[in-house]
Amino acid sequence: MTSLVASGPVIPNFGQGSPCELRNGWFCTEWVDAHWGDTLQPALIQHLELAAIAIGIGFVLAFVLALIGYKKRAFDPPIGLAADFFYTIPSLALFQLLVPFTGLTRTTVEIALISYTLLILYRNMLEGLRAVPADALEAARGSGFTDRQTLWRVEVPLALPAIFAGLRIATVSTISIATVAAFVIPQGLGRPIFIALEQDVFKTEILTAGGLAVALALVADGFLVLLQRVLTPWSRLERQA
Amino acid sequence: MTLADQFRPGTFVDALHFIGDNPGLLLAKTGEHLELSGAALAIALLLALPLGLWLGHLHRGLFLAASVSNVGRALPSLVLIAVGLTILGIGFWNNTAALVVLAVPPVLTNAYFAIDGVDRDAVEAARGMGLTERQVLTQVELPLGLPLVLAGVRIAAIFVIATATIAAIAGGGGLGEIIVNQASYGLGGVVAASLCVSALAFLAALLLALVRRAASPSRASVS
Repeated sequence: MTSLVASGPVIPNFGQGSPCELRNGWFCTEWVDAHWGDTLQPALIQHLELAAIAIGIGFVLAFVLALIGYKKRAFDPPIGLAADFFYTIPSLALFQLLVPFTGLTRTTVEIALISYTLLILYRNMLEGLRAVPADALEAARGSGFTDRQTLWRVEVPLALPAIFAGLRIATVSTISIATVAAFVIPQGLGRPIFIALEQDVFKTEILTAGGLAVALALVADGFLVLLQRVLTPWSRLERQA
Repeated sequence: MTLADQFRPGTFVDALHFIGDNPGLLLAKTGEHLELSGAALAIALLLALPLGLWLGHLHRGLFLAASVSNVGRALPSLVLIAVGLTILGIGFWNNTAALVVLAVPPVLTNAYFAIDGVDRDAVEAARGMGLTERQVLTQVELPLGLPLVLAGVRIAAIFVIATATIAAIAGGGGLGEIIVNQASYGLGGVVAASLCVSALAFLAALLLALVRRAASPSRASVS
């Protein structure tokens, strides 16, 4: 049975390891201090970039698709089915299946990550738009709104809670899946984890990089909660009333 | 380098050749893959289904159900397996444990919300007819909430099959062993194994969709 884990003792990160680094206990503060700048921080920033690009493009794409599915119902089943299909392909497999087309590049990683955001975002956006009360639409038409004005001033704002629910799920899972990107390109927080696994399972690096990935996901989630509060002030008023 | 230069569709031909040349290897690895995923999913169902169904029945534990699913999504599978490796060492149980942790949140959360959301009038009517609490759960709430419960199982199954691939880095065997070992099997082998994993995940989703259709309340009420 082969595995990527080295069998012999390997000194982590080549240089002279500090005593606690060589002992490989649960947590070596000296290692984190020494390698924050050259390993952890760049990985964290790359991770954020990978996820942000995927979520940004995925959001725009899903929004356009959701508008098409909303306005022309006939397009909804095929779009939903395609998104469903992509979601079923395991991330590691999808990365590898894209390599023959786009090589070992960031494009490969982004295409895979975007395809995972699509299903969640598309479904939530569509549900949100469809749940807009008929009264609200009638009132908008009665006030002389054009279709475009109705969409941007009534339908989209009323769908925001559902859109945000989808965006939160998509953001957290994309940040989580982005660790697997390190199989394809040496970027993101998965990278230090792979290096640590190859170097005799260096625990400090695994725990720190893993902890950073989880923390990043939770912080991003918290940020979206705040953003939603700012963008939908009326939902707070309703709760108080 | 342009996109056209990188485009090597021949890899898929290589992959097909690989499948044709190594059916035994792929079958054996698929078997390992199913064994690992099946064990993890079974344990997760045993743990999470009764708890989720019961909490939903009592309409208690909303906070638990919601936060388990939030935290579960934020935990990268790679991190879970790597951390499991530091605690349990290389082997079947490290991977099984990591996969169980991944599979529990969707099952627990969906089971909870499925039962919690069942029409209260139907539940009251059942109580009025003298059904015990257990009968209310198994004969009224569970059949009505079944589609959502199965949706959770489906998500968990896809999750587990997908992540069992990553388990190969921790000596878990399965199809991931080919995928992470391009040096031995070549890109053709990697793509072939990726196709097998995708097919496996898709079959699992299809199977659960069929179970869901067979068990849907509308058909049960006809019979």
